[in-house]
Amino acid sequence: MANATTLAAGGKLWKSVKDLAAKRAVLLVLLLLVLATGIAQKNFLSWDNLINILMITSVYVIIALGEGPILITKGVDLSAGRLVGLTACIAASMLQRTDYASKIFPDFPMMPLIVPIALAIVAGVAVGLLNGAIISWLKVPPFIATLGTMVIAYGAVSLYVDRPPHGASPIGGLRDDFTSVANGAIPISGTFRLPYIIIIAVVVLFLMWILLNRTRLGKNIYAIGANPEAAVVSGVSVSRTLITVYVIAGALYGLAGSLQAARQGSATNNLGFGWELDAISACVIGGVSTTGGVGTVGGILTGVLMLTFMNNALVFLNVSPYWQNIVKGLIIVAAVAVDIRKYLRKR
Amino acid sequence: MAASEYVLEMNEISKSFPGVKALDGVSLKVKPGSVHALMGENGAGKSTLMKCLFGMYEIDSGQVILGGETVKFESAKDALKSGISMIQQELLPIPYRSVMENVWLGRYPVTGFGPFKLINNKKMLADTKAIFEELKMDIDPTTWVVNLSVSKIQSMEIAKAVSYKSRIIIMDEPTSSLTENEVGHLFGIIQKLRAEGVAIIYISHRMEEILQIADEVSIMRDGRLVGTFPASELTTDLIINKMVGRDMSHRFPPRDNVPGEVVLKVEDYTSPDPKSFKNVSFDLRKGEILGVSGLVGAQRTELMESLFGLRPIASGKVWLHGKESYIKSPVEAISRKIALLTEERRVTGIFPILAVHDNVLAANWKSYVKKNFLLDLKRCDSDVKKSIDMLSVKTPSSKAFMQNLSGGNQQKVIFSRWLLTEPEILILDEPTRGIDVGAKFEIYTIIADLAKRGKSIIMISSELPEILGMADRIMVMCEGRMTGILDGKSADQEEIMRLSTQFM
Repeated sequence: MANATTLAAGGKLWKSVKDLAAKRAVLLVLLLLVLATGIAQKNFLSWDNLINILMITSVYVIIALGEGPILITKGVDLSAGRLVGLTACIAASMLQRTDYASKIFPDFPMMPLIVPIALAIVAGVAVGLLNGAIISWLKVPPFIATLGTMVIAYGAVSLYVDRPPHGASPIGGLRDDFTSVANGAIPISGTFRLPYIIIIAVVVLFLMWILLNRTRLGKNIYAIGANPEAAVVSGVSVSRTLITVYVIAGALYGLAGSLQAARQGSATNNLGFGWELDAISACVIGGVSTTGGVGTVGGILTGVLMLTFMNNALVFLNVSPYWQNIVKGLIIVAAVAVDIRKYLRKR
Repeated sequence: MAASEYVLEMNEISKSFPGVKALDGVSLKVKPGSVHALMGENGAGKSTLMKCLFGMYEIDSGQVILGGETVKFESAKDALKSGISMIQQELLPIPYRSVMENVWLGRYPVTGFGPFKLINNKKMLADTKAIFEELKMDIDPTTWVVNLSVSKIQSMEIAKAVSYKSRIIIMDEPTSSLTENEVGHLFGIIQKLRAEGVAIIYISHRMEEILQIADEVSIMRDGRLVGTFPASELTTDLIINKMVGRDMSHRFPPRDNVPGEVVLKVEDYTSPDPKSFKNVSFDLRKGEILGVSGLVGAQRTELMESLFGLRPIASGKVWLHGKESYIKSPVEAISRKIALLTEERRVTGIFPILAVHDNVLAANWKSYVKKNFLLDLKRCDSDVKKSIDMLSVKTPSSKAFMQNLSGGNQQKVIFSRWLLTEPEILILDEPTRGIDVGAKFEIYTIIADLAKRGKSIIMISSELPEILGMADRIMVMCEGRMTGILDGKSADQEEIMRLSTQFM
């Protein structure tokens, strides 16, 4: 009798382990990846390296948190990468050291740090507003609308940085107070330091989690993704919600662009090229459905971590960088193939 | 062993889904050349049984014997090859392709040899024409399906079933979107097929139809077979009795609502679409149930959706509580305490992949926003729980996905959604469509209770007994125009039908 109970309990435990594995497959693979690499290369699990990976993750996760809610509404934003480039150049152009020889705008005065970052975010918001307006008022499908603004943003940033006599050269010589936003850290104890950029990313993660789970806007985002017609009948203002989602994304790209410029210490018109695809990849790896209505902040974070850890692990394992793309592609397909099993009709 | 008298025997079929035993030892025996009706409340297991037969679900236990041979279908394709066709309730043809391509999809006649094959359009056309002629269907095989009416698409699907040389054709609620004339035509086709030895398994909620067309009736309840009876031995009341397992002598609850002052006045409402409603005027009183009757195509839905701000109007005026109002969007309608339960639950009602919880609250989040812009989730939870308890929604929990609920329970969830908005005027468009008898009575009770509490109700319904049983007054429409307003107590079916067909 007791034996049977134990057996039943064991079966139950096994079943819940299996359920958990199916639900959190990507997270498990991520943990295995980290452990395996850590065993092969001890340095991989050093504080310095882990913090470094998290710092890289920070910018990407902010971009993915812009893209994710858009995917949940059954949309897509191809302009994300180019907007990061545009806003990075805007912030950088106003934050070059006064003594730097090739300032692209020699006449710009010294301004408080917050002004250029705010302007970068405003630029992101403006293009986000444009995206949202084209999609909800002109009824252009998101793929096409943002394809258009993606190309326009690249043209605009190229014109902006193309300043004789320097031409379209990188905007370097950034002020130290700016670069330290992305590279600086709060010392905690000994060698352990908590970088500002990670704190910023955590704050953004928290705010977006609140937005999606605890606000009316978040609930309407899921409703539109799950059934736009029913959302209209239920009194959801679909245009306004969509525009807001694209505007929020634009603001996050602006923040990410500023941080990326600060991290690199420079910006070019080519910064951010193809990053929208990385953001979309991270989201779908994290279980965001491109057919709408499904996705979580935790999933998006997991997806971004998966990609950055994978890249870093392959470097540590001395694998050719060309392999990284092949592995990345395989992970995208495999993650979605596993994830979609949850939604396929049970026979 | 002598050949069985049945073309199909399903023996002791069981099927479970996580948490639910959908079928529990169900046996169904169907004779060739007969119409076998399958009845039962929503969630009784009819669709599951048919999906098991059609190879869409795997059977846990039991056996299927088709023409004396035990079969096991891995997919719908297997079933089709063995001579079983299914005409789904929701038809899903390929709209921008020709009729004949839809009929022969996946098995186009070809000419050529080896890998070099071309589609033989001539043969396809000739074969399609032959079937249409045989079944006396008037459809051009080369027209795009998008140009066909629902009834024609259904005929096309039947032709497709015949083209597979099916011995068994399953029809799931085939008349749910047909007009009376079209139903007559469908019955003609069914009789022709029956005469040729085809067995029809006919799923429907409409008693009158069943008694008219069926030879035998199998009734299911809670995943079990109640029994199979000759149709000639049954009456509507007997069927209902067996379906719900209790006596249902009163199909409608008693009503003691008292209509008061006019709350809504509509004058000269005209659609910008010349084929839609024009010059419709009516009023609605506090605590009144106004039935809206008419045939499919009478533009009742279009009129009501315009009142709710979902569709534009060309001209017309609305007064709410004596004040002229302009409602240009559902947001405005909801803020003026109007609710609309739409006709097409799946298209414009439910959020299938969201939780029941979020489905209840979809139109209500606004009233749960706290001063700090966050949602009061505690109050959300308790109100959802109250709502689904009040309407006795059957769901494992409020976290369950909406798509896993039966049609009737989904409808109750949508009712809860609108009741939470505390509306004064409820527009109910076919509120009991696709809902089982037991749940129907519950919905009628809810409606009667709302009217008693002073809510004003507009109820569109195509079921005459329902309109006559529930409405204080009945507005009849035909071809976009209002043809009369009758008193609910003195109106009768003949008069409504006459007004419904006035311009036809």
